[in-house]
Amino acid sequence: MSLAKLGACASALALLVATPALAEIKIGASLAVTGPASFLGDPEAKTLEMLVKQLNATGGINGEEVELVLYDDGADPNKARTFATRLIEEDEVVAVIGGSSTGATMAMAPLFTDAEIPFVSLAGAVVIIDPVKEYVFKTPHTDRMACLKIFEDIKKRGMSKIGLISGTGGFGKSMRAQCLDVAGEAGVEIVADETYGPGDADVTPQLTNIANTAGVEAIVNPGFGQGPAVVTRNYAQLGLKMPFYQSHGVASDSFIHLAGDAANGVRLPATPMLIPGKLADDDVQKAAVTSYIADYKATYGEAPSTFGGYAYDAFNMVVNAIKAKGSSEPQAIRDGLEETSGYAGVTGVYTMSATDHLGLDLTAFRMLEIQEGTWVPVE
Amino acid sequence: MSELLQFVLSGVTVGAIYAAVALGFTLIYNASGVANFAQGEFVVVGGMTAAALITAGVPVYIAGPLAVIAGMIVGIGLYKLAIKPAGKAPLVSLVIITIGSSIFLRGVMQIVFDKQIHRYEGFSGDEALRFLGATILPQSLWIIGGSIFVFALLAWFVGHTKAGRGIRATASNRLAAVLVGINTGRSMNLSFALSAAVGALAGVLATPVTFTTYDAGVLMALKGFSATMLGGVGNPFGALVGGFAIGLIEAMTAGYISSDYKDAAAFIVILAVLFVMPQGLFGRRTTERV
Repeated sequence: MSLAKLGACASALALLVATPALAEIKIGASLAVTGPASFLGDPEAKTLEMLVKQLNATGGINGEEVELVLYDDGADPNKARTFATRLIEEDEVVAVIGGSSTGATMAMAPLFTDAEIPFVSLAGAVVIIDPVKEYVFKTPHTDRMACLKIFEDIKKRGMSKIGLISGTGGFGKSMRAQCLDVAGEAGVEIVADETYGPGDADVTPQLTNIANTAGVEAIVNPGFGQGPAVVTRNYAQLGLKMPFYQSHGVASDSFIHLAGDAANGVRLPATPMLIPGKLADDDVQKAAVTSYIADYKATYGEAPSTFGGYAYDAFNMVVNAIKAKGSSEPQAIRDGLEETSGYAGVTGVYTMSATDHLGLDLTAFRMLEIQEGTWVPVE
Repeated sequence: MSELLQFVLSGVTVGAIYAAVALGFTLIYNASGVANFAQGEFVVVGGMTAAALITAGVPVYIAGPLAVIAGMIVGIGLYKLAIKPAGKAPLVSLVIITIGSSIFLRGVMQIVFDKQIHRYEGFSGDEALRFLGATILPQSLWIIGGSIFVFALLAWFVGHTKAGRGIRATASNRLAAVLVGINTGRSMNLSFALSAAVGALAGVLATPVTFTTYDAGVLMALKGFSATMLGGVGNPFGALVGGFAIGLIEAMTAGYISSDYKDAAAFIVILAVLFVMPQGLFGRRTTERV
């Protein structure tokens, strides 16, 4: 008998022996655990696995165990679509979390809409929830909100003329478009607009041009990965002094590590997860932030990233929806998600509605400044 | 004036990195006629190994050479385990084997190292040097010096040593090389080892400026290969000139025209050159006797 057959028999036997003690709620997920977006998908997957384990250890939801069906789509929209079909038809899940990237999310969204299964995306772009799709939700702030938050801070400092230097990767491109779009509304003017490739080692020509543009008062760098660290280092190399803003795309300690001393003075909008020790005691998000960070550290031996936080909020809102409705039917979960009100997660305080499937406003972003290698909230 | 100088310094920094990668391509091409698409991975092996060692507290003057040796081992492994067993497979198959190997190496590096972005301090600190209103990082001087050093070493080795001439003979006609008593297997092995060492050295020198991740090799190989094509495949001097030329074209385009067209401009120049001189700027005109 071949090993495969032996295995098949063994699992068949196991199935016969094991009688399910509890009914199960199946929640699906398709994340970029490996591949180019693994820095998103990896902490997201770890977070979901940890939360499911915790939940089941404390008796599940209303006595029912939760089973996580997790697929790794590698941020490939084609794979994501295949897994979405599998989640709907074979696994028969009641809700889905995921799509680490906007591409994967948009490939899956129509399938879940057709199957009438609630879908909470962990990707950034505003197109996911605008226009609102009945079954599609998301937890991360949009890049549009990041632009508004940055512009708001620049205005507060009495400035209005901005030089933009954006990465040409998906994130940088999308945020650049949003920043250009909301600049007028926010009362600022983009006077220089430069770009760089994701792997570029030197952007001093672009920065020199921005610095030489008449009237530039502040520099904003929408981008992701190593690009912003290179830009920050080049900014220091050229000895530029004007205020410098990064985006929420680099809101992690590794940015400070990569950019080194050059990072001091850089400001960016981020979630409270970067400053757990500096949150006021009456901060509504403090409890969620500190417990998530402590649990994650205890389980994986490393601090969680902002991205893992998106999965934390998505999972908890699904669980809350099931509890609130007392039902794990997809339709009930969808309604429950839409009725989410005042849920204080690690990313922000969510209040959804029929016209808002994100439920965050600008207050979810904290403006932080890097000072001597640590994050300090800007009052 | 100071802005022109800044663009030039930026172009030279980036160009030196491209040149260092291109020099690695040259060596394997000279020995085997194969364009080795795993060349970018040698660069990453060098950078990642150095980063891991330096993080572990090893001083940079020990970590650097160790990283180059690690690269060399990977290069020999690539030859012994992937290229050599393919035997007399046609060139196209060998090129495809190198592409497969590069994907494999990226996977291995994800596991051996991690998926994070790494960097370490520049060898002479990170304080920018200023002159005439422009700035350059001391590490850029290391990279430029390193590229020129490697070029000089390769030019001497390939042209003036017995082992180097053996490599050239192996490339031009393997059967004839065997007949005059050259150990072609050893020549091939040597060229892979040296080429990987050159790549790893480029990684060690460039990482403080470019940073490195397990998948950074793809872009490195693309730019390095472009530099090789522009300069003339198989010519170390061409690789050097090609690398600097592409770096300068990119920086000038970003500075004076638009950063959006930076990469496109470099490729347009390469295409234009190859239309007029299909063998590249310094490539030998190859004639085959029938």
